[in-house]
Amino acid sequence: MLIEIKNLQARVAEKQILNGIDLAVNQGEVHAIMGPNGSGKSTLAGVLAGRDAYEVTGGSVLYQGKDLLDMDPEERAGEGLFLAFQYPVEIPGVSNMYFLRTALNAQRKHRGEEELDAIDFLGLVKEKATLLGLNQTLLERPVNEGFSGGEKKRNEIFQMAVLEPKLCILDETDSGLDIDALRAVANGINVMRSPERGMVVVTHYQRLLSYVVPDFVHVMANGRIVRSGGKELALELEQQGYGWLEEEPAAARS
Amino acid sequence: MPATITAREMEETYVAAFAAKAAQLPGDAAWRGLRSTAIARFAELGFPTTHDEDWKYTNLAPFLKAPYERVVPAHDGKAAELLRDAKLADLGCPRLVFVNGRFAPQLSATGGLAAGVTWKSLREAAADGSARGLATRARFERNALAALNTAAFEDGAFVRVARGAVPGQPVHIVHVAAGAVRSVAYPRTLVVAGRDSQLEVVESYIGPDGAAYFTNAVTEVVAEDGAVLDHYKIQTEGSQALHYGLLAVEQGASSNVTSHNIALGAALARNEIAAVLNGEGAECLLNGLYLTTGRQHVDNHTTLEHAKPHTTSHELYKGILDGHSQAVFHGRILVRPEAQKTDAIQRNKNLLLSEGAVINTKPQLEIYADDVKCTHGATVGQVDQDAVFYLRSRGIPLAEARSLLVYAFTAELIDRIKIEPVRERLAASLFARLAGGQGK
Repeated sequence: MLIEIKNLQARVAEKQILNGIDLAVNQGEVHAIMGPNGSGKSTLAGVLAGRDAYEVTGGSVLYQGKDLLDMDPEERAGEGLFLAFQYPVEIPGVSNMYFLRTALNAQRKHRGEEELDAIDFLGLVKEKATLLGLNQTLLERPVNEGFSGGEKKRNEIFQMAVLEPKLCILDETDSGLDIDALRAVANGINVMRSPERGMVVVTHYQRLLSYVVPDFVHVMANGRIVRSGGKELALELEQQGYGWLEEEPAAARS
Repeated sequence: MPATITAREMEETYVAAFAAKAAQLPGDAAWRGLRSTAIARFAELGFPTTHDEDWKYTNLAPFLKAPYERVVPAHDGKAAELLRDAKLADLGCPRLVFVNGRFAPQLSATGGLAAGVTWKSLREAAADGSARGLATRARFERNALAALNTAAFEDGAFVRVARGAVPGQPVHIVHVAAGAVRSVAYPRTLVVAGRDSQLEVVESYIGPDGAAYFTNAVTEVVAEDGAVLDHYKIQTEGSQALHYGLLAVEQGASSNVTSHNIALGAALARNEIAAVLNGEGAECLLNGLYLTTGRQHVDNHTTLEHAKPHTTSHELYKGILDGHSQAVFHGRILVRPEAQKTDAIQRNKNLLLSEGAVINTKPQLEIYADDVKCTHGATVGQVDQDAVFYLRSRGIPLAEARSLLVYAFTAELIDRIKIEPVRERLAASLFARLAGGQGK
């Protein structure tokens, strides 16, 4: 098992957001997490990546047999966990290339591997950029600065491709994209699908899941997973919306 | 010297030191007249105190308790050593070295000046009367320190680039403080860029750590019509130094002057820039970067005077403050009634790395024309926590993430430096300093 989340509870400031999440992801699986705004989807993604605005108040997360919650964000990354941000941060003054090389080498160092020199790194980056059809001029520009929304999301997928994580968490990577950008992002995710890699795709809408077909779909509401199923659940949600969640007691159909 | 010496008595020691030396200072009758006017003005004004509005946040008093005295090093050994150790002392271009304000020919490399560029020491220029423009731009009527420099300077550099000349390599002037504790030097520079010429001038200030010395420097720059002039000031004085520097700029029509002002050293440093855009279409860019730590104090005072129509000034000053250091930014923009269509932008951005660091930032806009565009803005902040988390989430450890972001804050200004060895070495030096200097 890649990651096993048990009864995870978390709050931000004084507000309790996660009220006991249970989720297990194996290698090779793609899990979609859906749910209305405010259901706790992004909080779950942030807690897993180690964002310190969130305070874990209960439960456990075992990642490749280790206590994930005990690790700093950089350790989690070094262990192969990757979060594609809903709102990628702009970093003026640091080029995408320098940033990625520093990140990759920090991860390699964490794993006891040799650092990549500039030439090998350039080769890797070009290969991945070609694979994803990324505009190479983005590489020399400062990280996300002045990027369009679509470029920022594609840059997240590009980073994922270069860093080759074991567990990818994509936090609303599809939001705000036009259809071309959505297809490009979906293509990137599909290229990264492999029997060794697990993925958790957090999304509000079904449309990404037309391109990235999940193995499992979970519905979150009020900080809990209230329903789980196969890919057909996403279509059902698309037709029904999320209104039914308010009419039923939470967890009744989980 | 008794401990209870008053400020007035202190000022008199400088007047007396001038009087004792006056006969040996270079200059013809005109310069002698200038010097005596200047010392009289200094005696009237006295050293600035925090009661002066323009010095409210910068207190010289602790530095002026005992006098600084003029010292002539017996040999070049100490200066040569300082030059060897300085990262930016050899840029591979012609170099004029001044030790305690006097030209040091053995340490200089004046060969290879490009066609169109001429230079003289002010001592020589005094003898042949060629540096006529001296002291006409650096006004000292209301500036005691500039007055003292004007009275007391012993030598200096006079650099001229001929009309239409584009030398293609910079001229580097290095001011070395190699005197003992409590020594003072009065570096003086005059740069004249002829019509439609183009020139880069780098002025570096270096000195020993641990010695309490005083550098009181004045540089005048004249950009005639159509001239393009880049002035770099790289101040890496010793840790106990008191540094004062005035850069006075006068610009003709369609001239373009860029100042890069990098302040890294000294215990207390005050930079003043007074630029007069005195011709239609003149453009002036002021770039400033200051890094302070420990108990350092850096004060940048800039005045941009738009005197003619269609003049442009863009100013960006950035500071990184650590420890219990303090910085002051005072940016004055003066738009004369005639200067319609002025375009002036002023920005000051500060990054505070510690709780104890203090920044005082003050824009001062005086606009007497009605069709102008003037904007200003100041920011004070800490390292962006969202950016820190973003870097960490990609595997970059906390300390490295923070230093990368602090360094990145300087990149906007470093990238504007056009002289490659200056840019690269400064970048390397800043990276080393910022990567190792977290939270101190």
